[in-house]
Amino acid sequence: MAHVWRMIAQRLALGFLTLFVVSLLIFGATELLPGDFAEAILGQSATPETIAAIRRDLGLDLPFHTRYIGWLSNVLQGDFGKSLANQQPVIELISKRLGNTLFLALYAAAMAVPLALILGILAALFRNTVFDRMSNALALTSISFPEFFVAYILILWFAQTGYFPSIVRFSPGIGFGESLYRSFLPALTLTLVVTAHMMRMTRAALINLLASPYIEMARLKGMSPMRVILRHALPNALAPIINVVALNLAYLITGVVVVEVVFVYPGLGQLMVDSVSRRDIPVVQAVALIFASAYVLLNLTADVLSTLSNPRLMHRR
Amino acid sequence: MADQDNSQNRLLTIRNLWIEGQSEDKWSPIIKGVDLDLNRGEVLGLIGESGAGKSTLGLAAMGFTRDGCRISEGTVEFDGIDLRHAEPGERRALLGKRIAYVAQSAAASFNPAHKLIDQYSEAPVVHGVMSRQQAETDATSLYGQMQLPDPGQIGFRYPHQVSGGQLQRAMTAMAMSCRPDLIIFDEPTTALDVTTQIEVLAAIRTIVKEFNTAAIYITHDLAVVAQMADRIKVLLKGEEVEEADTRIMLSSPQKDYTKSLWAVRSYARAEQGDTDKGTPVVSVRNVTAGYGATTVLDDVSFDFYQGRTVAVVGESGSGKSTAARVITGLLPPSSGEVLFDGKPLPADYRSRHRDQLRQVQMIYQMADTALNPKLRLRELIGRPAQMYLGLKGKALDERVRELLSLIELEPDQYIDRLPSELSGGQKQRIGIARALAAEPKFIICDEVTSALDQLVAEGILRLLDNLQAEFNLGYMFITHDLATVRAIADDVVVMQRGKVVEQGRKAAMFQPPHHPYTELLLSSVPEMDPDWLSNLLEARAEAG
Repeated sequence: MAHVWRMIAQRLALGFLTLFVVSLLIFGATELLPGDFAEAILGQSATPETIAAIRRDLGLDLPFHTRYIGWLSNVLQGDFGKSLANQQPVIELISKRLGNTLFLALYAAAMAVPLALILGILAALFRNTVFDRMSNALALTSISFPEFFVAYILILWFAQTGYFPSIVRFSPGIGFGESLYRSFLPALTLTLVVTAHMMRMTRAALINLLASPYIEMARLKGMSPMRVILRHALPNALAPIINVVALNLAYLITGVVVVEVVFVYPGLGQLMVDSVSRRDIPVVQAVALIFASAYVLLNLTADVLSTLSNPRLMHRR
Repeated sequence: MADQDNSQNRLLTIRNLWIEGQSEDKWSPIIKGVDLDLNRGEVLGLIGESGAGKSTLGLAAMGFTRDGCRISEGTVEFDGIDLRHAEPGERRALLGKRIAYVAQSAAASFNPAHKLIDQYSEAPVVHGVMSRQQAETDATSLYGQMQLPDPGQIGFRYPHQVSGGQLQRAMTAMAMSCRPDLIIFDEPTTALDVTTQIEVLAAIRTIVKEFNTAAIYITHDLAVVAQMADRIKVLLKGEEVEEADTRIMLSSPQKDYTKSLWAVRSYARAEQGDTDKGTPVVSVRNVTAGYGATTVLDDVSFDFYQGRTVAVVGESGSGKSTAARVITGLLPPSSGEVLFDGKPLPADYRSRHRDQLRQVQMIYQMADTALNPKLRLRELIGRPAQMYLGLKGKALDERVRELLSLIELEPDQYIDRLPSELSGGQKQRIGIARALAAEPKFIICDEVTSALDQLVAEGILRLLDNLQAEFNLGYMFITHDLATVRAIADDVVVMQRGKVVEQGRKAAMFQPPHHPYTELLLSSVPEMDPDWLSNLLEARAEAG
């Protein structure tokens, strides 16, 4: 086990390094946005004097590296600063939205991951049959339509008929079941979007192994096709499956802006888009950093799980 | 003979079996009307070259065909059950329980994700023969009988933690787990070193006798089948050539094809005089080399002379191929040096002069992977001639044709072919032509015949021999097969764990006294005498 811990420590250190580089990129990229907060809030009434005054107030006139170092040292202490738009602490703005985003991502993942795995396994088991072709065709269809299109189709079918709400509102004090009910449509949309990728990878990873001598051996031991797939192929196909699942989970956290907008879901994606248009840089930076952390953390988890699934790496000679 | 036995004793009957394989939407026959009979407790040896259909026939005896194959005609009857028309569930109930299979490469046929014991107990538990607890106890006793070290614990290891020879024995034990009536052994020792092969052969023979298990033993090695089988059936291109009891088959084969198989081992070239005077063409001086922290070669020295063949022998892991990598400059040694015509060669091939590179060429074991499948022979052979000797246009074309004639392939017919349009032996000939195209003084042959059938291999050896005489080439011939050494070598270098344990003239090497390791290697090479294994085991047991 010692080398696994060492690997985790190593990957964590690399992850922090990545985040540091990402923070530099984020800070640099927000510099490149045309215009700044001062110009954005003053709009038509901007005069060079007022703009300069606001910039001085907010510290926007200081050189790049001074502002970066100041920002980074605050972030390391957990202080993401205040929103330029309404002077609220960024942490407060974000924490509730982050909770909503994670809720939706987990909700969608809880539907999509089992569905994708089961469909992928069944497609591998019944490969080249009608079932295989149908599930492939359906999965490809749902991934090929743009998210907003899938979302509007679902609204047409389920919201117009009154089964589910088309706009997600979380009022304080609603129960868990009610939250699930209210956010069902966005979760379903996301499920349809991410299932295909994971399912096809599961199928391909399994079928790739079916020509191996140890699979033939299992068949020659009289094992049933289901047992051959589940017990003999699946454990050896875990690494690629875990990686594609991690990639899709990261997407569920960071890439759902369009779905949030369609369902007016109060998540991070919407906040990010709003803040970019308002040039509310502290919020943009914080959200981008959270997204980057999600990617780093999920990839780290995938690496560790792949290692754990491989006896050759776990048990040295 | 099987035919004389009464039907009660009959276990397996195959009649007029035809199996077809699919290639590019066409079905062509692989097995063409073969009959096979096997009684309880009897061992049938199935021999033939690759492509003869041995494995296909062995699997068909289980009612199994690989993907892309189908049984088109005939019957397979196991103990009164028609395997060809049995329901999949009915057939599965027999597989693993009453008919078991031992595959060629145990390393590939054990599932890397599960411990040996889990794979051992799978068949007994799923088929309801015994409980998991009983299976574990049973495994320990069978592992013990198979002479595996620490039989109580070895099952709790993963396949990658166990050596190849041990895995092959563990697989035989696994096949025995339900005490089947019939085991198919599909080349179970082909991937092993000679010394390991003996242990596995002995263990298989003991256990098959003890449980009175019938077996079909598939191999291309006549000497091995002589030790294992009661009866031998010879296959050629999906058809039976002949079948007889082992001793009769060995002493008086009837058909020409069988006789030719038997004769291959007798090839040996003429002795050469002491032509190793003067400066060696290549000389390895006190070379130590390895990968990372592991030392693979430990202070080895040997010389190669023009017009002579030095066979470098040893088991896998002895450092033979690493020595070749050092000579070619692919692996710079950590100490020592390589001389060419008495002058030191730069350690790294990147700092060698083009002419130095030209002088040392290599022929590889797997001609399949060593030839670029997208290039035609014209380019494959022409490129080194173009690169090293600057040939162009008509001169290049003529040179390629000349080389093709040298390797006994008709130039007009072959010059525009792709490697995929050649047989295994022809591909290896192209490998030879490509090495010759550079007009080298020294060629390294790395196990060039071990992937080939014996008849084809013999042709390659003869060709190499003729080319050496014609161009005064120096050969380094890496092999683990002592029959090949006997056939082609002038001098022999025996390696073990990165060290040279013995070197000298071939004649001296095959005469006692030997170094103990050389002795072990020599005595482990199976001989055609059916009593060889029994005698050897007895002798070794006495010697302690």
